[in-house]
Amino acid sequence: MAGLDKRVATYEEALAGLTDNMTVLAGGFGLCGIPENLIAEIKRLGVTGLTVVSNNCGVDGFGLGILLEDRQIRKMIASYVGENALFERQLLSGELEVELTPQGTLAEKMRAGGAGIPAFYTATGYGTPVAEGKETRQFNGRNVILEEAITGDFAIIKGWKADHFGNVVYRHTAQNFNPVAATAGKITVVEVEEIVEPGVLLPTEIHTPGIYVDRVILGTFEKRIEQRTIRKA
Amino acid sequence: MALSREQMAQRVARELQDGFYVNLGIGIPTLVANYVPDGIDVMLQSENGLLGMGAFPTEETIDADMINAGKQTVTARKGASIFSSAESFAMIRGGHVDLTVLGAFEVDVEGNIASWMIPGKLVKGMGGAMDLVAGADNIIVTMTHASKDGESKLLSHCSLPLTGAGCIKKVLTDLAYLEIENGAFILRETAPGVSIEEIVAKTAGKLIVPDDVVEMKF
Repeated sequence: MAGLDKRVATYEEALAGLTDNMTVLAGGFGLCGIPENLIAEIKRLGVTGLTVVSNNCGVDGFGLGILLEDRQIRKMIASYVGENALFERQLLSGELEVELTPQGTLAEKMRAGGAGIPAFYTATGYGTPVAEGKETRQFNGRNVILEEAITGDFAIIKGWKADHFGNVVYRHTAQNFNPVAATAGKITVVEVEEIVEPGVLLPTEIHTPGIYVDRVILGTFEKRIEQRTIRKA
Repeated sequence: MALSREQMAQRVARELQDGFYVNLGIGIPTLVANYVPDGIDVMLQSENGLLGMGAFPTEETIDADMINAGKQTVTARKGASIFSSAESFAMIRGGHVDLTVLGAFEVDVEGNIASWMIPGKLVKGMGGAMDLVAGADNIIVTMTHASKDGESKLLSHCSLPLTGAGCIKKVLTDLAYLEIENGAFILRETAPGVSIEEIVAKTAGKLIVPDDVVEMKF
């Protein structure tokens, strides 16, 4: 890792500087496109008091779910927690603070955070519990609420391929929240399946330009499937 | 007879028009994809970032990186595109989706919908439902008309925390197809063999029964 070469050799280096009580943004939807090795490294580090921003919180025993086991997460900002029994238990017992956020608003909060927009108005959530305590206005007869942007101390991202410059492409629907979260981390760490020589990725195909990325690490991935649905061939 | 889940999906599918971009929620809405009428081509949007959702994969083509919003493994059809969650909800919030079909626990005469939590019992989160109901103009809610205990789910005021306020205009239940206008449910169609009296009895919110109610045919 020097100058524009963002590559690091170890997961320890990848998350150097991550300490207690930080905010971590994580890409992924369900178990698809999650930075599974970076999450495992956070578990190994044993940092606590984290605020984690992610659409879901993994499942019991995999993905972000493993950070619930040792109560490393103090607060979770997510849209859907359905598949995780431990999550639901810690939520209902009050051990875990949870800010349930509509999925599109969550994505836009990170997009805005990365783009230097402090807040935005949206109709999503107006008249619902999500609107409680938030400023409301009317534009063209439409009721909207003010939602604030989110940034993180770290963003942990799963890409498909990256080059030395930290240019990243994602594979299929493993893209999801990853390019959005990547823009909003003070330190953005991307783990990928393949690191390619500069010039291999075409400028027109880059999903996340390297300017957003601080560290790139090569990983191997289990890629667990949550709902295995098949049609007869 | 009350409609089966498949019949409900079939009835919703009649609302599809050639060239529609459609978001189908989890459950009965997902089944609508099986009943797209011949000669009509629609593009299915899945809010995790896929426009042009195809069939389930085979054992040979299954791919952990290719899922839908229900986290099921899927394929992409010809003409599909894949993008970020922010882009996906720009489409939804921006009103670019022609038809949204989703389930609910309750709807009321003001067009309010409750579908994401039951206090003290069930906390799953709203996922993309709040964005979908706020962003779409053309929404069909699919749900059973009453609970297993016979409690109406078509109410004067939703009792559960709302997913969206004043955004629902069409409801298909297992007993009827209704529209919501000026603070009332308007009965438009009955399920085959279901009497208007039964629908009246199972609708707690104000219900208007016009003279031209028709019986659905399958």
